[in-house]
Amino acid sequence: MLEDLFKTVRDRFNEGNGEPEKKQAPEIPKDLLFKCPRCQSVIYMDEFEKRKKTCPTCNYHARLTAKERLEITADKDSFKPLDENMTSVNPISFPEYEKKVKALSDLTGLKDAVITGVCTIRGYRAVVGIMDSRFMMASMGSVVGEKIARAFEYATENKLPVILFTASGGARMQEGIISLMQMAKTAGAVKRHSDAGGLYITVLTDPTTGGVTASFASLGDIILAEPKVLIGFAGRRVIQDTIKQKLPDDFQTAEFLLASGFVDAIADRRSMRKTLSNILRLHNFKKIGAEWQHG
Amino acid sequence: MSKLSATQRLEIIRQKNRPTVNDYIPAIFNHFTEFHGDRHFGDDGAIMAGIATLNSTPVTVIAQVKGRNLDENKKSNFSMPHPEGYRKALRLAYQAEKFHRPVICFVDTPGAFCGVEAEKRGQGEAIAKNIAEFMTLKTPVISVVLGEGGSGGALALAVCDELAMLENALYSVISPRGFASILWKDPSREKEAAELMKITAEDLMQFGVCDKIIPEPVGGAHLDAAQTADNISEYLINAVERLSAVDIPTLLDNRYKKFRKIGMFNE
Repeated sequence: MLEDLFKTVRDRFNEGNGEPEKKQAPEIPKDLLFKCPRCQSVIYMDEFEKRKKTCPTCNYHARLTAKERLEITADKDSFKPLDENMTSVNPISFPEYEKKVKALSDLTGLKDAVITGVCTIRGYRAVVGIMDSRFMMASMGSVVGEKIARAFEYATENKLPVILFTASGGARMQEGIISLMQMAKTAGAVKRHSDAGGLYITVLTDPTTGGVTASFASLGDIILAEPKVLIGFAGRRVIQDTIKQKLPDDFQTAEFLLASGFVDAIADRRSMRKTLSNILRLHNFKKIGAEWQHG
Repeated sequence: MSKLSATQRLEIIRQKNRPTVNDYIPAIFNHFTEFHGDRHFGDDGAIMAGIATLNSTPVTVIAQVKGRNLDENKKSNFSMPHPEGYRKALRLAYQAEKFHRPVICFVDTPGAFCGVEAEKRGQGEAIAKNIAEFMTLKTPVISVVLGEGGSGGALALAVCDELAMLENALYSVISPRGFASILWKDPSREKEAAELMKITAEDLMQFGVCDKIIPEPVGGAHLDAAQTADNISEYLINAVERLSAVDIPTLLDNRYKKFRKIGMFNE
């Protein structure tokens, strides 16, 4: 309200001056500066990267590639991938699906939207899965569903905890009903791991929505979320169209979910290794292998 | 059985007088006794649940409610459940497990409701929990898709030992309209989407998603609701008998495998 008033005054002042305020913001070179999508503040890219891609003003945790996430999470050289050569097919013959997958694969170096494997985190062994939103918004089709299910089955067999860094636009519609069934497949595998006594930690990252929220992402024994990230079931625009009202800014943020009771804690990325290894220690997992490589 | 396109079937299931669970439940079951509420927040009119007998066997019935007119639709929110609806369903599923009653779910929804309150009360968590818990529910679960089964909102009542679909019913990852709107930014291409998506009962038999197609009278269920109810009833009596004869560990193993094997990929 007050801001509107200032704006009105400013506009009038500028009108009177005969010099209209320059509306065009200067173009931001992509590699030099980062503009926070949450608070709009601008920061030098090297500083942003030094902070592990978090906003110095509002602490929004920006999206990471799966590779970047692995680098700041796992002990150095400890990661052994599972099912790394699995690729999608085109079950409903969706036009140009293969082409799109190929293009994204070339761009990202990934085969699909999730990497899974085994690693140590400060010496604690765990099965990890990391979703990469650059790959078709990390939507869940057959490959994501199968890799997640196998990761849980591997963990069940080997009595290992599972840590998933989730990000997703939801089910991969290009795979039709098959993508919906991946929700049942993954949730079923989580349930079996859980019934066998396995520990599952979910780390919700930007953005976690749709069919992934409505399946394995919401089933962690412990659910952590990075600050200010988007988490929800339905898309913001869909809800806005349904209720015909503007939604509050904090709607579907990690903090909104914490207040609603659906997240155990907000976890800062810069101490994530410590947070995760501490939880593993408190579940009586023993330290093995390499430790304190970094972080 | 008729060979109709997905679009033709879409038109049939959108007939205003297509029968709903309000027609089917009295025709199929005896002594239906409705139970309300999730014991946490409230009672959701989009999901009707209770106990009844099917051919004198006690069963638990959980059903998504399409309204037949505006008043009914106001009460049932056009069959779009809120989290408390899914939690009511799960409460009654646990009850069925405790008292060894088979569970019969009727799916008929465009999807879970999308709204501020639904998000606040954990729509995603409610659906996820149903999916995971139904997977290991120690009693037979049978789901029947009556009209449209849309997205996770349908799946939350469709993790089962057997999934049957009425002949003209459609079951999809998202409504054809939503599909067209998201992938092509053009909701008016709904019919094209319906054809492309492979969402008819026959398509879903091929994917291993649907196990049984229940015939409808020629032209659609609305032309003879009583006959359609008889067809559903005949299937359910048979399925309950068959599945009740399977020991629980085998039943659960088969249920897991039914979903576990769905997926197409190279490696």
